[in-house]
This record gives sequence, structure tokens and C-alpha cells, in this order.
Amino acid sequence: MLRLIVALFSGALFGLGLAVSGMANPQKVIGFLDVAGDWDPTLAFVMGGALLVTVPAFRFIFGRRRPILAEDFELPTAKEVDTRLVGGSALFGVGWGLSGFCPGPAVVALLPALATGIVPVFAFVAAMLAGMVIYQWVS
Amino acid sequence: MEEFTPVSGLVGGLLIGLSTALMMVLNGRIAGISGIVGGLLARKGSEVGWRAMFAAGLLLGAFAYVLASGEVFPVRVQASLPIMVAAGLFVGFGTRLGSGCTSGHGVSGIARLSRRSIVATLVFMGTAILTVFVTGQLL
Repeated sequence: MLRLIVALFSGALFGLGLAVSGMANPQKVIGFLDVAGDWDPTLAFVMGGALLVTVPAFRFIFGRRRPILAEDFELPTAKEVDTRLVGGSALFGVGWGLSGFCPGPAVVALLPALATGIVPVFAFVAAMLAGMVIYQWVS
Repeated sequence: MEEFTPVSGLVGGLLIGLSTALMMVLNGRIAGISGIVGGLLARKGSEVGWRAMFAAGLLLGAFAYVLASGEVFPVRVQASLPIMVAAGLFVGFGTRLGSGCTSGHGVSGIARLSRRSIVATLVFMGTAILTVFVTGQLL
């Protein structure tokens, strides 16, 4: 029960952070990716701000034997850089560049999309979910 | 073009980092959005409870921002509907194949100094920048 409340609270902090940062706006993300144009470095400050917390926090956290509310840390076990990692990431980047959306901001953008009826946001999220389901079929 | 907003970017990033650190120290789980959303769609039991709570939290946090600021944050989509659908498919499939997105690889993975996540982040940043450059030349 406590773990569910933590997940809800953490999710809310994350969603608030995305809204505050302006990253739910694809135009701003594309402004960052457009290095040859009128470059907007904001996204680097968002990632930098997040890493400013997570880098020292993780050093401390992984010094512990286990998390406070769970039995163990669930971390990826894969170590090798393989074609799935590179190919998947490359494909993700193309979609990110075309739309200005990665998964978190797209979910958060559903709220303004509901309020003002921005159809492409719903279309993107539906297609993203479909892409995830297709991955499960073929894997 | 959007203006550069370093302060709101940094504050938003700190909130995202705090959310990520809390999920790890309390629940021992990575706050990776593609993994969380993808896990909700998986057939067999994949800890659906906390993932659903985190996803609900994302929208709740965005809603809290709207309540506190008194305005809906901007979401400006530039791409056409068919492009958004294609992009959504690429992002959904690609993040699952590549085991993560901007949050899982870019924030958590880099903070863990994971070689896979550093490579993944460089790859998706690279293809996203290239995609924005190429589409910018075509339009």
C-alpha cells in the first residue's frame, strides 16, 4: 500500500517537473534538437537538473543493501551494448525528432490536449501504445 | 521559436530528479516512463499496481501545475497527423526494443553510469537531431 502511494507521489512529482520545465511542449523539445537553427538549450538544463539530484542520490542509495520499502533494487542486468539497444534507440530518436515527444511528455500533454482538443497528441499516444504492443507481439 | 527558459528548465529537472531518487530509495524501481507504460500493457503479471499509480501520478502532477499556475501549459504540435502517428509507433516500438527512453536511459541510466544507457542516450539524441535537421531541410 505504502509503495503504491510512493509511486503515485513520485509520478506526480515527475509530471509536475515535466510541466514546469516546458518539456511537455514538443515545440520546445524540437527547439533543443534543432542545433543548426535557433537553438534552445532548455532541455539540457532539464536533464542537467535531474542528474544533479540523481547522480549523488544514486551513489548514496546504492550504498544501501536494499530499498526502504521493497525487498530489492530491480535494476537491468544486461551489460553489453547490442544491436537491439542501438537499433531501438535509433528508431526512438527518429520518432522523437519527428514529433518532439518522448513517452513522459506525451502522457503529460494529454491533459492540455483534453482541455483544448489537440487531436495529434491523442494520435501520438495511441500510436505509441500500439508500438509497444506490436513490440510484445514480435518479441 | 520558443525562448530559452533555463530557470524553469532547471527547476523542472530537479523535480524529475527528486521523483527518480524517491522511487529508487523507497521502492527500488527505476522511474523510466517507457518501461512503466510498457509494463502496463504486458500480458503477464509485471507489477501493474505501482506502474498504474505512477502513470496516474504523471497526470495528477500536470493537473496540480495547472491548478497552481491558473493556466494550461502550452503544447504546440508542428507535425501533421500522419507524421505524429508514425512517430508514435517509432517511439513506442523503439523505446521497448532499446529498453528505455529519455528518463530510464537519460536520467536513471546515466546516473548509474550504465554504459548501455550512455550509448542509448547518445544514439537517440543523435538520430533525433539528425531527424530535425533533415525535416528542417525538406520543409
